[in-house]
Amino acid sequence: MPVINVDELTDKDKAVMELNQRKLEVKLERWLTSKCCEEMKDYIQERVEEDTLVKGISEEKNPFKEKGGCIIC
Amino acid sequence: MASEKAEIDALKKECDGLRTQIEAARKAVNDGSMTGASGGVASVGRVQLKLRKTLKGHLAKIYAMHWATDSKQMVSASQDGKLLVWDTHTGNKLVAVPLKSAWVMSVAFAPSGNLVASGGLDNICTVYNIKAASPKTLRELDAHTGYLSCCRFLSDSEILTASGDTTCCLWDLETGKQKVVFTNHIGDCMSLALSPDMNTFISGACDSLAKLWDVRDGTCKQTFSGHTSDINAIAFFHSGNAIITGSDDCACKMYDLRSDQEVINYQDTSLNAGVTSLALSSSGRLIFAGYDDFNCHIWDSLKGEKVGVLSGHDNRVSCTGVPEDGLGVCTGSWDSFLKLWN
Repeated sequence: MPVINVDELTDKDKAVMELNQRKLEVKLERWLTSKCCEEMKDYIQERVEEDTLVKGISEEKNPFKEKGGCIIC
Repeated sequence: MASEKAEIDALKKECDGLRTQIEAARKAVNDGSMTGASGGVASVGRVQLKLRKTLKGHLAKIYAMHWATDSKQMVSASQDGKLLVWDTHTGNKLVAVPLKSAWVMSVAFAPSGNLVASGGLDNICTVYNIKAASPKTLRELDAHTGYLSCCRFLSDSEILTASGDTTCCLWDLETGKQKVVFTNHIGDCMSLALSPDMNTFISGACDSLAKLWDVRDGTCKQTFSGHTSDINAIAFFHSGNAIITGSDDCACKMYDLRSDQEVINYQDTSLNAGVTSLALSSSGRLIFAGYDDFNCHIWDSLKGEKVGVLSGHDNRVSCTGVPEDGLGVCTGSWDSFLKLWN
């Protein structure tokens, strides 16, 4: 497939490209945001109890802990 | 010339008409925001992560990092002209890959762990086999006419690239040739992210738009607007139904794919620095966003509130990543260090 060099596109080419893209996008079926946000919230909350960065991790289970006595930063 | 201008004006007028229709369609389904849906959700409180390790080894600004799928190895890229592969559990360096061009902007680990890729101002995406006795250049993918800003492997045989030439590209690593070219942005592409099912990907660009693409047929399916400056960072939400963007306009946004619009904005008047990078915690509840103000700020994705900060770098945080097992977060900086937090 040839590379389309955007520098070589004329203003008219760019306008046609944008128009064709809008024609595609105007046909999209869109869901209600309330339903989408509700699902997103449920998805996250189902998993948040297992989320280490939210809940924390014990020293023994922590793979990144410094081994040995002191950490000199 | 006059007729050419008249043609362009007519096209723009038709385009504006469609844009108005699209905005109306979005508005018609906009019956609730994320903050609305999360009203009853318990707060996460103050998120205070500890610095566990500082990885020292690079001699210049770090521009990119990427976790391996084993959640243990990680690769970083610096303008000292090296890629370093780290064992993050021990802090040891496993592999050092010398680069032909020091002007690196992106690095990626293949899901298999066998390959890494990098690229930058050389306009080339170079793929290395790091399992060989010493790192071996497998392919030099050379067709972009602008810098390589981001690259991500689908497998050991396919890779996606985003470029300053405004295009993204899917490459066949067996032949070294382009399979699909994704053209629609009118500004430099700065970042890309693959969907969990790998059938689509998203790109963020300097035209302040994010676009969703079909990996196989090259078509742009959806365009998300709202940012007022370059989108430097982009990530897919784990469910595959939403995306997060980070921009030079100092905001992050979540866009929902099925309602085709922004559902929440993450912005704070006290934060006057551009967003350089972002990563999600394993549940998606926390967004780690790296900023030009030397910090990585932590956002509650549902409530839109800032809930913590990772402070410790002495320069811009250029890259952020959470491994697949979600056990920590890594930040990389222009101060030449990588830090691991949890």
